[in-house]
Amino acid sequence: MLQISGWQIRSPSNLTRFVLLALLSVGLMLLDARGHHLQKIRAGLTVLFAPIQIVAAIPVRVGGAIIDFVRGDASLRAEAERLRSEQPILLARVQRYEALEAENAHLRQLLGTSALVAERAVVAELLEVASEPFRRTLVIARGAKDGLYIGQPVIDAYGIRGQVSEVGVLQSTAILITDPGHAIPVQVNRNGLRAIAFGTGAPDTVSIRYLTASADIKPDDLLVSSGIGGGFPFGYPVAKVKKIVNDPNESFLDILATPVAQLSHNKEVLLIWPAKSVMPTEAKKAVEMKKPAEQKKPVEPKKPISIKKPAETDTPVVAPTPPVRDPAKPAEGTDQ
Amino acid sequence: MSLSHGTRSRLIIVASLFVALVLSILPWPVWTEQFRPDWLALVLIYWCMALPTRVGVGTAWSAGLMLDVLYGSMLGENALAKSLIAFLTVRFHLQLRMFPRWQQAVVVLLLVAANNLLVLWIKNLAGQAPSTWSYLTPSIVSMLLWPWLFVILRDIRRHGNVS
Repeated sequence: MLQISGWQIRSPSNLTRFVLLALLSVGLMLLDARGHHLQKIRAGLTVLFAPIQIVAAIPVRVGGAIIDFVRGDASLRAEAERLRSEQPILLARVQRYEALEAENAHLRQLLGTSALVAERAVVAELLEVASEPFRRTLVIARGAKDGLYIGQPVIDAYGIRGQVSEVGVLQSTAILITDPGHAIPVQVNRNGLRAIAFGTGAPDTVSIRYLTASADIKPDDLLVSSGIGGGFPFGYPVAKVKKIVNDPNESFLDILATPVAQLSHNKEVLLIWPAKSVMPTEAKKAVEMKKPAEQKKPVEPKKPISIKKPAETDTPVVAPTPPVRDPAKPAEGTDQ
Repeated sequence: MSLSHGTRSRLIIVASLFVALVLSILPWPVWTEQFRPDWLALVLIYWCMALPTRVGVGTAWSAGLMLDVLYGSMLGENALAKSLIAFLTVRFHLQLRMFPRWQQAVVVLLLVAANNLLVLWIKNLAGQAPSTWSYLTPSIVSMLLWPWLFVILRDIRRHGNVS
């Protein structure tokens, strides 16, 4: 019905303009996708359009403030009480973790293999803006000035959320593990079977591809990051296997898993600077390179006396305790 | 009014596009996200239909590029899709104006679906295609929303004397 007449009202340049702009779009996309030539322009534009994001984030902030106000004293006090009672337990666990890590480092030294350098973590607030319809992204209110880099792991108290995909001056974008463009190397916690978890675009599903019917994987298996590829550190929980479909017509199993991180809930995430596997001699250098920014480390529990390894002399062994609010630490996430 | 008529009209149009952009990235609970209508497309369709001399392919392209920046998608992706919508709407704006409201809504459905399919196609080429069907729901929601949005924008246009 749209095809009938209409030719007499068309402004003469409409089609021409469309074709020109379409070509321009295609050119932009090619530049953006292939060569990453537009990073600078994009960063500039992001700063320019930051007001729009700030405006979009207002309703949630106001809503949160109202909820806090309405909830009042009692529930806040209860929450403070709960957090206070939780803290000693967590601290105790950290002590054990540190002891284990020291022991691990010692054993590795004995074996002559590379040691793990301590990790650093920073709490980052999320800017509450929605992502593109077909994608899963977060906007983080931290940028290049905090030392973020592309590919940096983003986690929360429960597991891996995603990685930084774009670093701006004041804010950055991270893609979640459920984003269709994302893949993360994982392994089955139970037996070390390696696999890759791909995002699907659905908010609560990742798919594990390229596992054959003989693979030893079961529903409820925990998948942890395998550390292969170097982007993500080893051992953080990623997802739990939900469903396994074995279609004889397909060469691979169809496995769906649910991410364990709270992909859509928390207002904060942890950014970590993962431990690099380096030989002890190089460790010191790596630590110094990583150190600048951010030196807030509150109540560090008593360090266990351990072998004096250069890597350990001047950095916290675990991520510094995130200031207030977020009680859990990334280290506790690994239930191995 | 100290502003000239043309400037004021332009300001109102830009303001409506700004609101559409904010609505596009306004956070909602995750499960509602697949039902988020394509606000920018709806507003662009309205202005292209009502004032094709003022709002056309160029405006749509710029607005789409802003959306690309805000979404962090490939630059040019939404710009291309939105200028396609604008092109089709300007091309057929006289027929669209004559259509009854529900028929307009059906055309809106087709336009937004074309927009989404184009974006999906581009994403597929870039290797980021989602493996869900939910990319079709925004067009349906946009269709359902059109009659109301049409009335709102028409009132804005009349009261603001935008032309």
